[in-house]
Amino acid sequence: MIVEAGQLALTFAFALSVLLAIVPLYGSFVANQRLLLLAKPLALGQFVFCLLAMLALIYAFRSSDFTVINVAQNSSSTLPWYYQITASFGSHEGSMLLWVLMLAGWTALVAQYSKALPLLLQGRILAILGIILAGFIAFSLFMSNPFERSLPFYPVEGRDLNPLLQDFGMILHPPTLYMGYVGFAVAFAFAIAALMSGRFDSIWARWVRPWALAAWLFLTLGIMLGSWWAYNELGWGGWWFWDPVENASFMPWLAGTALIHSLAVTEKRGTFKSWTVLLALAAFALSLVGAFLVRSGVLVSVHSFATDPGRGMYLLVFLLLVVGGSLLLYGRRMHSVRSQARYQLFSREMLLWGNNIFLLTACLIVFLGTLFPLFHKELGLGSISIGEPFFNQMFYYLTIPFALMLGLAPWVRWKQQQLAPLIKPFSLLALAALTLALGVMASMQTVQANLALMGLLLGAWVGISALAEVTLRIRQFGSVGKGITKLNASHYGMTLAHIGFAVLVVGVAMTKTYTVERDVRMQAGDTAHVAGYDFTLVEVYELNGANFGGQAAELDVRKDGRYLTHLHAEKRFYRIQRTIMTESAVHARLSRDLYVSLGEELPGNAWAMRIQVKPFVRWIWLGGLLMSFGALLALADKRYRRKTSGQPTEPANA
Amino acid sequence: MQSRRQKRLFAVLLVIGLLTGAVAAMLYALQQNIDLFYTPSQLVEGLGKDKIKPQPGQRLRIGGMVVPGSVQRDPDSLKVSFDLVDTGPVVTVTFEGILPDLFREGQGIVAQGTLVDQTTIAATEVLAKHDEEYMPPEVAEALKGIRHVPPSQLQQKNSDAKPAEGRY
Repeated sequence: MIVEAGQLALTFAFALSVLLAIVPLYGSFVANQRLLLLAKPLALGQFVFCLLAMLALIYAFRSSDFTVINVAQNSSSTLPWYYQITASFGSHEGSMLLWVLMLAGWTALVAQYSKALPLLLQGRILAILGIILAGFIAFSLFMSNPFERSLPFYPVEGRDLNPLLQDFGMILHPPTLYMGYVGFAVAFAFAIAALMSGRFDSIWARWVRPWALAAWLFLTLGIMLGSWWAYNELGWGGWWFWDPVENASFMPWLAGTALIHSLAVTEKRGTFKSWTVLLALAAFALSLVGAFLVRSGVLVSVHSFATDPGRGMYLLVFLLLVVGGSLLLYGRRMHSVRSQARYQLFSREMLLWGNNIFLLTACLIVFLGTLFPLFHKELGLGSISIGEPFFNQMFYYLTIPFALMLGLAPWVRWKQQQLAPLIKPFSLLALAALTLALGVMASMQTVQANLALMGLLLGAWVGISALAEVTLRIRQFGSVGKGITKLNASHYGMTLAHIGFAVLVVGVAMTKTYTVERDVRMQAGDTAHVAGYDFTLVEVYELNGANFGGQAAELDVRKDGRYLTHLHAEKRFYRIQRTIMTESAVHARLSRDLYVSLGEELPGNAWAMRIQVKPFVRWIWLGGLLMSFGALLALADKRYRRKTSGQPTEPANA
Repeated sequence: MQSRRQKRLFAVLLVIGLLTGAVAAMLYALQQNIDLFYTPSQLVEGLGKDKIKPQPGQRLRIGGMVVPGSVQRDPDSLKVSFDLVDTGPVVTVTFEGILPDLFREGQGIVAQGTLVDQTTIAATEVLAKHDEEYMPPEVAEALKGIRHVPPSQLQQKNSDAKPAEGRY
């Protein structure tokens, strides 16, 4: 019964979203205030119904109602209760509903917190979100219904959740990532609404900025969680694989990063307008491309869902309509927009423009690298794969100028900057960065050149420059105490995010260079020496979990003869799905991770073990976290709430 | 002082220069990193209409079914070798390291490596998907001539691996 109610709720949500797409938009053209005022209740209403639909689905999973196909294929009665809940978004159908719910949530938030906006704009923004919502709810209802039943013949036991997804990371990763993905729909709607009315000024940028920042925050967090999850669950000790689906989330991130920087210029200087609008369109379009790639089955990866061509076609058409429609509007309207502000060649505007160019080039590289195999195959040139080295090489070259500019940009004034006053502080900064990088280099036991040194140099450069810059700004207020409280929250946010980037660069370079990985054959009692650590295999024994069996290995780790820690690695066999999973053992410290995964059983009572020592790998996720916190701080800035009763601080996780 | 036009020109030239550089670098890097996919019979007979055979030393990917009984392990190390087959010829793959969890005899896998001689590949990576019924799409295509089969339908067909009692 509840399941049917869920289906009904989703149908109501669809009806409301169609109304939301039409009524306020019509009202905005005939200037009917009453129709425009309907936008808010409609937006809130469809959110309530989407929420009810999601709750009904969770109920079906919790009660193990195997008459529902979705539940039967992705859950089982032996699954722990928390995974039964997360299984509700572990499948294609369920995750689509989650996607819809998130979008509905953002729409409701916009409705709630946009009182300060002119009614006309408010109505149009909500109507555009309504159009997108209607498209996705229709997809969920007609193409991938999560509530479909298989009556009268149904299984007595479900097929269980894919073991890869039975992990703590799975609880957090999809919701945050989706919040980020669909969050860019808000910036998109603002851009389209502004295109309709032709009004672009710094007030418009100030309205969009917190929404774009919030979406970027969630996307950053989501990608970082995904990387951390892959590291723990896939058993290879890798943290980024340039897998097509990872790339699909990375592209909107790159465009979104460009967007939040470009928005800064539009807000502060009233220029870069058409560029900012284009980026807002691009960020959301790339989110849609991501959804298409993951759900259409055109690309094969660990993430892709079981799909059929009809769904892919629907998403492709939807994508083309959204992108085509918005570009058409952009082309018709944008030529009338003129930027007034002038700026010199050496100015912050130019440096931020450079930032955008590099981010978009990176985006283009990822796009080509991801889709090239697809084109190659469809053109009949044979199947190919593009390896990690391609992306690594390209990003290596891109990061160097990007990071150099990043260290420079916050110091440079808007409009124009004389070179002379910057020479002295920058020589000092460069010297400090060099000393720091070489110092860290010297403290590592082996000196390996190039990548690690470059990473440390760039990281130190960006980090020191960011710290020095924020100190300088604080001093400018007279006393330090006064400065600390006077400086904008968004300035702190920027500094923190830049330091996060520095930390990330250092983490990537150090992990890439200094990771020691060894695959060894071990019997109980054997010791493997890896990078100064002694790993002793104590025993391997049989496991017996709720829905899995398998083996577990116990290892003792010593360094210089001194006992350091105990590691517990598992190889699980999930009975229902008949799948083997590696649960790696990790001993994490800020300076290094010890990582052990249990491989296959070898003849002669021995086991294959993969042992890795990965210096600085935590810094990668720490960098991502710092960037997210930076965005959070920036969101807390007072100016987004000035004159407005309630701009968003932190959108609640819908 | 520069005029607005000069600045524009400079900006446009900079963009074009950067783009050209980026695309050139990208193509160069792409060329070095494209790995063609072969099945064992394509490897032996040549690929495509022109029957181009790969040269020893070339990096490539190969996909096929592991021949049952062909897996040989070195007793003292993690060295392993096995044979791959699709429709005819057999190709040998050597590898040192941990095979993926789902590596089984008789199952489809993809290996990345370099060609040693006409029928031997030294693999640097062996891939098998986390799904018992998985067959690399390229292998499925070469073996059966099927494309884009929705896994949901595949699962329906081979449902004997599942608990049988209650299903249908």
